Amino acid sequence: MQKRTFLKFSALAAATVLSLPLMAYAQNATLKIGFVGVTSGPAASWGVSNQRSMETRAAWLNELGGVKIGDKTYNIEIVPFDDQKDPKRAIAGMEKMAQDGVHYVVGPNVDDGAAAVRPVAEQNGIMYFPYAFPKELFTAPASNAILGMVANYQSGPAIYKFLKENKGVKKVAFVAANESDPLSQRESGIAAAEALGLEVVSGNVTYQVDTTDFTPVLLPVIQASPDLLVLSGVSPANAPQLIRSARELGYTGLISTETGQDASVLQEGAGELADGFISVGGASTPELASETMTEFVDRYTKMFGEYNDESNTKVYALEYILETLKANPAAIENVDEFKKTMDTFEAANPFMKGDAKLKYVGMTSFGQKRQVSVPLVVNEYKGGKFETLFVGQVD
Amino acid sequence: MEQIIANGLYLGAQYALIALGLTLIFSLMNVLNFAHGQMYVFGGFVTYTVVVQLGLPFIVGLFASAIVLAVMGAAIEKFLFAPVVRRSKRDESTMLLAAGIAFFLDAVILLFFGEKQRGVPKIVNGVLNLDMRIIMPYDRILIGVLAILLIVAFIAFMHYSRTGRAMRALAQDKVAAQLMGVNVSRYSMIGFALGAMLAGLVGGLLVTITGVNLGMGGPTSVKAFLMIMIGGAGVISGAIAGGFILGMMESVGLTVLSAYGDITYLVIFASLMVFLAVRPQGLMGKPWG
Repeated sequence: MQKRTFLKFSALAAATVLSLPLMAYAQNATLKIGFVGVTSGPAASWGVSNQRSMETRAAWLNELGGVKIGDKTYNIEIVPFDDQKDPKRAIAGMEKMAQDGVHYVVGPNVDDGAAAVRPVAEQNGIMYFPYAFPKELFTAPASNAILGMVANYQSGPAIYKFLKENKGVKKVAFVAANESDPLSQRESGIAAAEALGLEVVSGNVTYQVDTTDFTPVLLPVIQASPDLLVLSGVSPANAPQLIRSARELGYTGLISTETGQDASVLQEGAGELADGFISVGGASTPELASETMTEFVDRYTKMFGEYNDESNTKVYALEYILETLKANPAAIENVDEFKKTMDTFEAANPFMKGDAKLKYVGMTSFGQKRQVSVPLVVNEYKGGKFETLFVGQVD
Repeated sequence: MEQIIANGLYLGAQYALIALGLTLIFSLMNVLNFAHGQMYVFGGFVTYTVVVQLGLPFIVGLFASAIVLAVMGAAIEKFLFAPVVRRSKRDESTMLLAAGIAFFLDAVILLFFGEKQRGVPKIVNGVLNLDMRIIMPYDRILIGVLAILLIVAFIAFMHYSRTGRAMRALAQDKVAAQLMGVNVSRYSMIGFALGAMLAGLVGGLLVTITGVNLGMGGPTSVKAFLMIMIGGAGVISGAIAGGFILGMMESVGLTVLSAYGDITYLVIFASLMVFLAVRPQGLMGKPWG
């Protein structure tokens, strides 16, 4: 009898001990972070890399027992919404976030979506991190949007200056998709090139986003004989085909863009023709990536089968939200507290080697700190992977 | 000028092949297959998987695309379109079904093949350069020739095979064909499978040139509809003519109108509106359908 009782107690004790971590995990409060962006259609790659970066990091943090903010520990729940790159859907997505009590949202991915959600975000006390560049979203009186990456009007001048000084570029041509983002990026690119004294030999050729053969599109551009061909706001889907068509037409000059690209997509779509292609990336090159970044890439790959190089930048937004909340727990329910903290906030950047910091910047471009500080890493594609050309900083 | 014509012919060959499958399905079943572009994309992804992921030769990928899409087309016709056509006399029922299948295939493609642009390495290297008057990569020439060969093979099949003749009879007069002993449901299924197979084949061919991504389906369907509206819906020769006309218009427009911005498709759509107002049945279609 005693033996049976002993066994019962032992079993109960073992079950209790084994379930303790699980209970702790379950007892954590939940912190919902939203994502409103494009995860379907031709630009799906932009939003999917955002969403998956957030989900990978959230799962990792939850596995470690959650995130301690103030006195409470939270499990992170990502609430995604596909806006299909449609501003009306983006508004619906932001309204859904408001109804769900979400105060921090990553996205939208494009200019018109980001502009469209502004009233909803401001009325409902939501801070959002667009990957879109309209300055009016980040300059006063707007105060709820925080630029989640480096804008083209910040990276473009740096790239053109580097190429002018180091590669002897004198003549530039621009080609852009006939959509608001690429067109506005082309305009600011032309302005930056002209300000540097470069001659713009072609600046009005555009293409439909669903173009499948770029040879006729690029023919007049290549005939203008530029030293540098800028693919303004080019999507990862179109970049390899544009590069391939330009090279097949006999173009031997430089090709660059200010958007993030994926090495495997370039490799499959353009192969060695993409060698020398210059684009903007995040901190995943071996010279810059920390062990945490390497582990993030591994976890992302395990979770979704394949890594997306665009996530090198997209990994940051969630980290900024959580670290700022840790710095001021009152901001969980009150975004005004978040805004107050942004001005002085500083934390270690876990994704980069050395003493890099997470901090808000943007004073020069926007007159207020409404941009996350991510490294301006300019990459050159070579032999199937990116190599760092130079690293800059934005403010 | 020579370059514009060469670009137009290359574009026309691939467009004609895309439009053929769509017009075949329309002529047999009076169904506007809005999922045709998604089938094209699916075919591209199948070839990509076989060639890049499994490391098999390109020709195997092409066959795999043809077979997978033919089976998919047959299944879609038998289990989805045939019951709807049987039970509903309203055309919009099949249109809604086709739109639903398009959305479904988009979701399936995202699930199985991911969000990234995919491509198969060039199957032939090198560029034909005739004194800078015509510049055409060899792989485009090869794909253009293959597309034209497939169009010829398709026409021969429709004219000289028993199945092809049965399908043409069905397209001309369903009741008369039925009275002559043509099995309507069987040949409708074969026709749909053939149409889907053509979409898959083009996807497989073009994945080596243009690559393929999740969002290409819708715009491809729109272009295919444009071609069959130009040539005449349900007419094989009309689809081929429509494909080459659209290819040539696009090539000329992108070169001649490039100085005025991206107005090529604006001009094409405006021209099509005027053309349809004058000849609503298209170039080779009949006014009575």
